[in-house]
Amino acid sequence: MHLSESVNTGFFFLAPWLVFAPVVGLLINAIFGKQLSEKVVGTVASLASGTAFVVSVLLAYSLSLNHGEAVRWVFAEWIHIGTLNLDWTFRIDSLSTTMMLVVSGVGTLIHIYAIGYMHEDVRFKHEEGRFTRFFIFLNLFIAAMMILVSGDSYMMLFVGWEGVGLCSFLLIGFWFEMDTLARPSWANSDAAKKAFIVNRVGDFGFLIAGFLMFWYLGSFQFDEVFKAAPAIAESAPWVIVAITLFMLVGVAGKSAQIPLYIWLPDAMAGPTPVSALIHAATMVTAGVYLVSRSAPIYTLVPQAQYIVAMVGAGTALFAATIAVGQYDIKKVLAYSTISQLGFMVAAVGMGAYVAGMFHLITHAFFKALLFLSAGSVILGLERGHHALAHAHHEEKPKIKGKRKEERELESHSGHEEHGEVFDPGDMRNMGGLRKTMPITFWLYMIGTLALAGIFPFAGFWSKDEILLDASLHYTSVYWQLTIAAFFTAFYMGRQIWMVFFGEARTDAAKHAEESPKVMTLPLVVLAVLSVVGGALNLPFEGFHNLGHWLGYTLGEVESLPLNLIVAGVSTVLALAAIFVSWLIYGRNPLKVNQPDPLKKPLGFIFTGMENKWFVDEGYFAIIINPFTKLSQFLADVIDWRFWHDFVHDTVIAGTYNWLSEIALNRYADQQGIDAFANWLGTATQWISANVRKVQNGFVRSYALSVLLGVVLILGYIIFK
Amino acid sequence: MTSDLIVFLVLSLVAIATALGMVFSRNSVYSALFLVLNFVTVAVFYLLLGAPFIAMSQITVYAGAIMVLFLFVIMLLGAESLAPAKALPWQKPLAFTLAVVLVVEAVYLIVSRAQQGMSITAPDASINNMNSLRELAMQLFSQYLLPFEVTSILLLVAMVGAIVLTRQEKGGK
Amino acid sequence: MIPVEYYVILSAILFVIGALGVLIRRNPLIIFMSIELMLNAANLVFVAYGRTYQIAAEIAKQKPIFDGQIFVFFVIAVAAAEVAVGLALIVEIFKAKKNINIDELNSLKG
Repeated sequence: MHLSESVNTGFFFLAPWLVFAPVVGLLINAIFGKQLSEKVVGTVASLASGTAFVVSVLLAYSLSLNHGEAVRWVFAEWIHIGTLNLDWTFRIDSLSTTMMLVVSGVGTLIHIYAIGYMHEDVRFKHEEGRFTRFFIFLNLFIAAMMILVSGDSYMMLFVGWEGVGLCSFLLIGFWFEMDTLARPSWANSDAAKKAFIVNRVGDFGFLIAGFLMFWYLGSFQFDEVFKAAPAIAESAPWVIVAITLFMLVGVAGKSAQIPLYIWLPDAMAGPTPVSALIHAATMVTAGVYLVSRSAPIYTLVPQAQYIVAMVGAGTALFAATIAVGQYDIKKVLAYSTISQLGFMVAAVGMGAYVAGMFHLITHAFFKALLFLSAGSVILGLERGHHALAHAHHEEKPKIKGKRKEERELESHSGHEEHGEVFDPGDMRNMGGLRKTMPITFWLYMIGTLALAGIFPFAGFWSKDEILLDASLHYTSVYWQLTIAAFFTAFYMGRQIWMVFFGEARTDAAKHAEESPKVMTLPLVVLAVLSVVGGALNLPFEGFHNLGHWLGYTLGEVESLPLNLIVAGVSTVLALAAIFVSWLIYGRNPLKVNQPDPLKKPLGFIFTGMENKWFVDEGYFAIIINPFTKLSQFLADVIDWRFWHDFVHDTVIAGTYNWLSEIALNRYADQQGIDAFANWLGTATQWISANVRKVQNGFVRSYALSVLLGVVLILGYIIFK
Repeated sequence: MTSDLIVFLVLSLVAIATALGMVFSRNSVYSALFLVLNFVTVAVFYLLLGAPFIAMSQITVYAGAIMVLFLFVIMLLGAESLAPAKALPWQKPLAFTLAVVLVVEAVYLIVSRAQQGMSITAPDASINNMNSLRELAMQLFSQYLLPFEVTSILLLVAMVGAIVLTRQEKGGK
Repeated sequence: MIPVEYYVILSAILFVIGALGVLIRRNPLIIFMSIELMLNAANLVFVAYGRTYQIAAEIAKQKPIFDGQIFVFFVIAVAAAEVAVGLALIVEIFKAKKNINIDELNSLKG
């Protein structure tokens, strides 16, 4: 790895604007947001994110001119204590610029999409004032993510790591006082808290890894850590194992791996652009980035690598099975995201960093596409539902302008705006949308094929590279990932048949409307990228562009040629899975109120998939309920009864009262201090009563005392 | 015993006697007259001490002006004697005791600390020419000019004060 | 030849008699006169010591000094002022109380 501290050529001086462009955007919106119209707010936010993208492009260009040499751009002093020297330094190398491009590129597209999406979302939820807030959070996220990927030390990375965690919390809980169906409830804030707390467990692991790193390697700075690591790996290998495994805990938290993935499905409570940006395309890939970034450490300890790969592969398979049993369009995608993250983690665990990063990029394209299309579907159903409702209830007064409390009152008393609750995200409420929402349908198809890994879409190339690496390294990982890939194609097929084919199962689906251009245009861009994204790193000689590019940072990696057997198996399996899904869901489309056709033949297995294998319940049974009981025990028995009632009230306060009453009050105070004080008062009174007589008003007697004084003074002079 | 001493002793007796008469006279007019006599005696002492100007001032200002003022006031207020004091019965004996003690102490101190050679001769006639008065005036109006002017202001203030204090409010009460 | 101490003793006696008058008489006029007597006693000492220094200066053939006499002159002036104000006060007190007993003026007491 080459470092050049002061590079005057190129656009490296622009690096701080990666962070400050979004910050400027969010400041403008935060200060003037109330005066600006929605369009201006959205444009400002998108421009801020777009500026970051342009800067990223310029940095990548400068970097390629510089032959990929990593550049460290010191921006500000941060911590200088003893031997610890931390600066806010921007690290521009091929790995970080790749992440910057993905984050700001996909981020900008999602900003643009969100202008259209949030415009309708805030109206369906009757909180138009929150439009600005959404974009402030979104820009804040971009800034934090940029800090994460551009950091030059684990501490700076951690700052961004926590920043994106905060933004994730804020955005999951964006509709904090209602659930996804705008009913008053704390479900969304619970989801936000769940995400935050589960991430905290992961962050704790990251922190311990950081402490170990500083204690044994003496630095947080990437290059210094990597330089010091081999020697420690020789003398005390367990240190490196511990660092990597604790780091894996952090990765599991942020990138939703077993056992900490449980927050991600609940995170779908956030608005759909958030799900696409944070919980599919960018933030959750931070863990993958972290492992890639720490490649020199992981390479030192194959045991840890194996564990990482197994965790990733296990997650990929496990989450894929759950996705099969879900009905919510976004939940399916959420579990799919977990599964795909498992692919990436498995890849980086096996040392196939290029394959992992490759999949990260393509996944960002097609998963963002899928989520945004899902958002388009949901809004389409909302539109249909509302159009119908207004047609049916013309006489009903509009409730838009009403205050929230009134609305809550109404909904509590059972007067829903449009009668019974309608869930526009439930796939059972859809069907036949192919006709009403054609653009969305085709975009969704492209995303599905890319995700399922069908040739020649982007997902095919990236997934195949991972599978190929797995087949060369760990057979068990290979088989897990292959089965997961089969499930992936199956549940995506199921989704397509359920959502877009067959007959509309509700009136809303029948009257669904296509989304406006501001939403579909970014989708088209993402769709194009999903189609051609594979070209980044084709498995042919001379086409390993990404591998070559990342090689500047990760060292030369072997570029595997296309293995027709692996590619063939996965493609055949994917096609087979789609065919099977057609047999089950496509040939006989789901009827209204019909249970899932898989339910009968699979029995309890499907119940398990449907209920996410009861993992949440397991967490409740194993950790949360005992924890709650323990807390109650501690609060009630230990703290209140023992500590408060007994120790404080009886022992301490009682003893104190007794002491002060008997010993101090009666003897020391009343008979000692008080008596003395009273005596002083009495004495003073007595003395003054007597001395007062001297002041008798007779001038003669005063003169006499003067004379007495003179006599005494003279007497003193005489007898001196 | 020189003639100086005889004169001094006789004058001293007169001075002490008139002083006692002033203090113990029941009648205020007698007291005032005793005091005039005392002042004249002291003026003679001044002459013996070679201070004719002060002696004349004593007689004109004190024995003349001030005592006339006193007599005016006595006449104005009535010279009746007061009833015996009810308050402070111990005042009188204590005052006498202290006075005696004070005299004894003073005499003892003066005699025990007397400096040898500090004695005064009566001036000859030459001191009564105008030269010494001129010297006095020279010092008073040069070295002591500022105190002299301040004294004049003091007298003015006293005059104003006396007038303000005794003035009848216009229009009456 | 009279030692200066004789004058001082005479002055002390006169002073104590004046003080005695202040202490035992209740007529403010007499008290005032006693104060005048005390001032006179002080004046006497001034002039007596002034005379001794005058003699010493004559013997040493120096300029004669009159400081003692000048001080007496000031004292007489101040006494005149004091008497003017004091008698005015007494007259006012008499107007207010129809009485000049000093013991009646004892309202300022503890």
